[in-house]
Amino acid sequence: MTLWNAVLLAACICVGLKAVGYLIPARLLEAPRPARISDLLTVALLGALVAVQSLGAGQAIVVDARVPAVLVAAGLLWMRQSFLVVVVAAAAVAALLRLVGWAV
Amino acid sequence: MLVMRSANRTKVDAATRAVREVWREGLGVAIAASAYGISFGALAVASGLDIWQTCVLSLVMFTGGSQFAFIGVLGAGGLAALPSAIASAALLGVRNVAYGMRMSSLIGDGFWRRTAAAQVTIDESTAVAISQESPALGRLGFWITGLGVFIGWNLTTLAGALLGDVLGDPKSWGLDAAAAAAFLALLWPRLKQRQAIAVGVAAAVVAAALTPVLMPGMPVLVAAVVAIVVGWFNWLGRDGDAASVKEAAS
Repeated sequence: MTLWNAVLLAACICVGLKAVGYLIPARLLEAPRPARISDLLTVALLGALVAVQSLGAGQAIVVDARVPAVLVAAGLLWMRQSFLVVVVAAAAVAALLRLVGWAV
Repeated sequence: MLVMRSANRTKVDAATRAVREVWREGLGVAIAASAYGISFGALAVASGLDIWQTCVLSLVMFTGGSQFAFIGVLGAGGLAALPSAIASAALLGVRNVAYGMRMSSLIGDGFWRRTAAAQVTIDESTAVAISQESPALGRLGFWITGLGVFIGWNLTTLAGALLGDVLGDPKSWGLDAAAAAAFLALLWPRLKQRQAIAVGVAAAVVAAALTPVLMPGMPVLVAAVVAIVVGWFNWLGRDGDAASVKEAAS
């Protein structure tokens, strides 16, 4: 599969999912189980992505400059800082640790 | 007569104020959300997409969580992880089905209107719409926020992609850590209930534990099973909460 095909396929699936919401009757979502699973699905995927993006390097698990950076991000989120502040601070922490050679 | 007129004027003033308040709220959310299009654009280029592919994701896919997931899995696993990247983006897009169902009756009839509404149905537009007091204000909030984010997000994506293109090695700028922080920031507001916290933590542990044994991208998909199992049986859910409160009380 080429990168372009993947980009277009993933984009079309996401557009299709948005359209589905407008096509199916609202009664379906009032059932608690699908609503609950839909909410938790988002949480689980984001939680898994945090772990893989912080620790993964291909198929290896490594602890590098990303870990302190993510801890700083968590602290800033705890202090109710905005998305942009959190992301920029995490990048700065990792970049600085690598610059001074304290982490890879 | 005079009293009636002034009463009418107060009513009109209150209505104008409410409309102005929705505009302020919608534009505020749109500007804040658009700002992080910069980080999406830069990270997308760092993960291996070109500028056009990055812009197509923002224009067509247009749902932040799925877009970050797609480039996150692609960045970690390369071209071999593309099926997982597509699946991750799709699974994160499932919540937009729920949003669409909630917005459907608010938006009203008309094919083009509903098509446009579907494309701008995202976290932000739905959140602003459902927090309004009347359906009319909700509809206004939905369109201001949805169209505002659409325009802003696509402009900042392009800016970020152009910036990412000249930055060079993404690691020396900490962009890999920025991507992890971005996922954490998207997750954070959803961690209010015990069930959600447990699922988020368990999914992270499962994904990390499976990383050495599965193809890149797959651990994220397997971790989604945690949500389906916990959601199906409602472990640690609100009913459980009530029961444990009763137990504690007795």
